[in-house]
Amino acid sequence: MADLAAAQDRASVTSGGMVSRFLKATELDTRMLGMLGALAIIWIGFHILSGGLFLTPRNLWNLSVQSASVAIMSTGMVLVIVTRNIDLSVGSLLGFVGMVMGVTQASFLPQFLGFEHPATWIIALAVGIAVGAMIGGLQGFIIAYLGVPAFIVTLGGLLIWRGSAWWVTSGRTVAPLDSTFRLMGGGANGAIGAQWSWIVGIVACVALVLLLWMARRQRRRFNFPLRPLWAEVFLGVVGSGFILACIAVVNAYPLPPAIARRYAEDNNIPIPEGGLFISHGIAIPVLMAVGVGVIMTFLARRTRFGRYVFAIGGNPEAAVLAGINTRWVMMKIFILMGVLAAIAAAVSSARLNAATNAMGTLDELLVIAAAVIGGTSLSGGVGTIAGAMIGAVLMQSIATGMILLGVDTPLQNIVVGVVLVVAVWLDTIYRKRVKV
Amino acid sequence: MTEISENTNSSAGNVPLVELRNISISFGGIHAVNNASVELNAGEVVALVGHNGAGKSTLIKILSGAYKRDAGSIYVQGEEAHIANPRDAKRYGIETIYQTLALADNVDAAANLFLGRELRTRWGTLDDAAMESATRRVMGRLNPRFQRFKEPVSSLSGGQRQSVAIARAILFNARILIMDEPTAALGPQETAQVSDLVRQLKADGIGIFLISHDIHDVFDLADRIVVMKNGQVVGTARTSDVTEDEVLGMIILGKCPPGAVPGPGALQVATAA
Repeated sequence: MADLAAAQDRASVTSGGMVSRFLKATELDTRMLGMLGALAIIWIGFHILSGGLFLTPRNLWNLSVQSASVAIMSTGMVLVIVTRNIDLSVGSLLGFVGMVMGVTQASFLPQFLGFEHPATWIIALAVGIAVGAMIGGLQGFIIAYLGVPAFIVTLGGLLIWRGSAWWVTSGRTVAPLDSTFRLMGGGANGAIGAQWSWIVGIVACVALVLLLWMARRQRRRFNFPLRPLWAEVFLGVVGSGFILACIAVVNAYPLPPAIARRYAEDNNIPIPEGGLFISHGIAIPVLMAVGVGVIMTFLARRTRFGRYVFAIGGNPEAAVLAGINTRWVMMKIFILMGVLAAIAAAVSSARLNAATNAMGTLDELLVIAAAVIGGTSLSGGVGTIAGAMIGAVLMQSIATGMILLGVDTPLQNIVVGVVLVVAVWLDTIYRKRVKV
Repeated sequence: MTEISENTNSSAGNVPLVELRNISISFGGIHAVNNASVELNAGEVVALVGHNGAGKSTLIKILSGAYKRDAGSIYVQGEEAHIANPRDAKRYGIETIYQTLALADNVDAAANLFLGRELRTRWGTLDDAAMESATRRVMGRLNPRFQRFKEPVSSLSGGQRQSVAIARAILFNARILIMDEPTAALGPQETAQVSDLVRQLKADGIGIFLISHDIHDVFDLADRIVVMKNGQVVGTARTSDVTEDEVLGMIILGKCPPGAVPGPGALQVATAA
């Protein structure tokens, strides 16, 4: 229902005179706006249905942490799908790499460094990323150079890496993890607090304004048509407002009283009347996901690698004729996907405070769904990183909302499946209309 | 074979710009190109004509690096050229306008023009503004009314797409230009524009291989005609030495008229074998 309304919104923007003029001036992506609209409708819908439980700082903060792992992987999946490939192995890869990182920090490193060594978390993460890159590279090599279809290679990978995760510890769960490593999972300690959150927010606002200004200067240098000044100001103000609003929300979620009291005692802060209000601030996994999103967007939009990825997706033959080493580009995409799966594995296992061999099961489907809902076309050549990340949040919102409403688990799966199909169907209609 | 090259060498008075010698390629036992030799001088337009499947496009794709030949050699200005992929060909100044246009439909004109040769800023990122600026300049020369620089080329008309493909070929100061059916998607006015462009490039000293089905176009633009049939060269002729009917006879029957130099694919050779 929600999506249907959003689609009507999208359809109407193409006809409305003032709306279309506004969109032309700001050069905003109507599809992305439609998705944000759908997200808003879903949020408000759940808020009303749950009697005011959904749009609370606490729920939104948890939602952001829960979306992080899938959001991180979905950014890589966009590039994979854009080049007309698929990666079914990311869930199993997450499980296996998580297991490797768990064993590294809980069994292997303590033999040399002892427990809770300050370097443990970074070594474990580096090992995980290296293993992820190697596995991704191996799969990419088989796909790009040996010519085995990605569907088959990664379907094999799905079985192989899940089996390997089991094998590493013979199915035993590895816990507890290093306390510094655990910060990557969020939780009461894994957030950066109010002050740092504001600093991050302000830096982000400044970066946004700088980007707008630099783009404008570049256009003026070549005498290209400029956006009207009001549109630039509008983008800057709305963008900054959105960033600051997000910060305000995460800062409005206080630490639980017991943890706040312990924190106060540790830091010699007097506890005032009526309890202490200490903000969570931005969760570290969310910060990591946003960082990954920014880097991946940069890669996709501003580098040769990204340009080649999209060109290969648009017309593989033309890319070869243009002299692009398409095989190597393809292999790099799968290496990147492996690295992202490793980062997601760090987030997931840190959040669980354990590495289990079932971790990441069925994540490949969530990741693919997030990318596709986010506007990545399975026929290749089209997709955005930001769209996929919003897609991940959208999927997680539906899951969280249904849990808040107490919907039965089987029904939850049914709803998620229906939403996926309907969203892609609406997207096909939208694309057809825009093309004509 | 050697007689042909000596003939043209003496008439041009120097080494040919590009020379394809005894090129062969087969796909699964079928000789798509069989022992074909062609040459091209600076400032010359050589038309390759023949039926569908005669091997024209295949021969040209060997020169542009898209296919790897089984036998034969390529010389650029008298020196043997090593062309194993499209990048190598571009290094020798060989640019190609493919029949299929070979455009990435989902990106804009500038991205297509610079595909594989992107301009970058000093930080190594794509310099989109500079690329768009260069694109505006070259497109202004080819198709002054073209304004849709921000749209993916899939949304452009056939003629506009064609001009993007042509712009890409002339942007990098090509010495040798291969045009595979460059006017197939164009209306009469745009076709005339392409003809003007060919003459202009020719005057600049660029050698052009022109593949075309339009025999009038060929006689209008080309200096020499190379006729191919079943992967072999039937014969080579100056457009001034033969009539359109004679060329059609070469294409259809493989019959070499007196004004043309017969190749290995000419009728008498075929019957003798």
